[in-house]
Amino acid sequence: MKVATKYTEVIISIRDLKKKFGVNNVLDGFNMDLYEGETLVIMGKSGSGKSVMIKCLIGLETHDSGSIMIMGKYLDDINDVELNELRTEVGFLFQGSALYDSMTVRENLEFPLRRHTKKFGIIKDATPLVMEVLESVGLSHAIDLMPEELSGGMKRRVALARTLILRPKVILYDEPTTGLDPITSKEIVLLMKSIQEKYHTSSIVITHDVDCARFIADRMILLVNGINYAEGTFDELFAHEDPNIKAFFKT
Amino acid sequence: MSEVKNKISAIQTVLIEIGELAYFTKRFFRELFRRPFEFKEFLKQCYNMGNKSLLLVSVTGFIIGLVFTLQSRPKMIELGAEAWLPSLVGISIIREIGPIITALICAGRIGSGIGAELGSMRVTEQIDAMDVSGTNPFKYLVVTRIMATTLMIPLLVIISDVIALTGSFLVEHFKDDVSFRLFFDEVMASLEFVDFLPSTIKTFFFGFAIGLVGCYKGYNCKHGTAGVGIAANSAVVETSMILFVMDFIAVLITDIFYSI
Repeated sequence: MKVATKYTEVIISIRDLKKKFGVNNVLDGFNMDLYEGETLVIMGKSGSGKSVMIKCLIGLETHDSGSIMIMGKYLDDINDVELNELRTEVGFLFQGSALYDSMTVRENLEFPLRRHTKKFGIIKDATPLVMEVLESVGLSHAIDLMPEELSGGMKRRVALARTLILRPKVILYDEPTTGLDPITSKEIVLLMKSIQEKYHTSSIVITHDVDCARFIADRMILLVNGINYAEGTFDELFAHEDPNIKAFFKT
Repeated sequence: MSEVKNKISAIQTVLIEIGELAYFTKRFFRELFRRPFEFKEFLKQCYNMGNKSLLLVSVTGFIIGLVFTLQSRPKMIELGAEAWLPSLVGISIIREIGPIITALICAGRIGSGIGAELGSMRVTEQIDAMDVSGTNPFKYLVVTRIMATTLMIPLLVIISDVIALTGSFLVEHFKDDVSFRLFFDEVMASLEFVDFLPSTIKTFFFGFAIGLVGCYKGYNCKHGTAGVGIAANSAVVETSMILFVMDFIAVLITDIFYSI
């Protein structure tokens, strides 16, 4: 099932992506387009290949075959330096936040910033930039705290701030609300929405959270057995009669 | 039949490990000369490794000096060679005992620390987070640590040697009223430049091996939190074995130079 979208310019395109671990075909010809400005939610059961797909997309996993195009560049055709430059345009929010636990919040945010002198120049005082993104996620008071002093929700916000500081055009969210209580999950989802509006980013969101998908998705893909099983808006998929699709929304 | 298969599989595992370690070493040398240099992190690691290992290395060195002298003394007296005790202690500590014992202690203290730290960063996706932010985690985490161990282990060995000789002097002083000057004159008279040079050069290799194996184990850590323990443990075990092999090779090479 294909869906019409108001967005026109494709910034990420995946074609016939295959990835195998041993005898297990995790991705078996996955296809996807992300349009500029849209939020694409990818849902699927555990082990359906969602996280592998998103890791292939950012180059953390190598794919066996198929193609991945990001902003006009094919991952297979670029070298390490070009890949690192491309990664400043594509932010990644890890499920476990992945904050550097030996660094303060400020150092966590400054770390990527100071290493991209080509994009940002040599920054003498990064505090204004750090404060700006921390204010965007409502955590300016936590600038000198260590990650161990933060709650799960705060860690997720700081991780989002660390992603934002590189001014990415696309943000990839790997299960952004997993492990959080319903209220904090809602706060994170609202934050994702406000970030997208403020920074005009496009997003790919991997999630099991139906409420998150309902609120944030412009378009959804259901991933089953390594392929796109269905595609559409939340309402279209929610109203679908296929029992496999219905099963995703039974919560 | 299955026993043969197991043996083949074990040999395969060892060969794969050696191959991967060789590739890791090659990557280290490639990244070492690439900009940017993470100088601040390198200094931080030098401080952490040097400063935090100093007490352990000093205490161990001191006790080795004491014990070695106390154990050797009766036999040397029996042979009527107690005057040679400073020479014996000096040569033994400078050439062999100081470097290898200090390196083994550092393999336990520093190597396991690196393995556990990088391993936990790997399983909590912190290394992946550095990767996706377009920075080079290998350069920041691995190159700095290997460089720091390569430079700090020789310094720790020198300190340990001096403290071990001081421990030995104290035994001689209290047992035989030997003066500080006489003791160290005897030690220095028995040592030549060729005693210092090979033993100092090999400590750089020891330091390199400690950093390399610790980083390799931690950086490639698998199997979640259990893997962190395995990484730390295997870093110590494998480094210790490598240190003994390196020491043996160093002694062989030195022997060739002595015989020339």
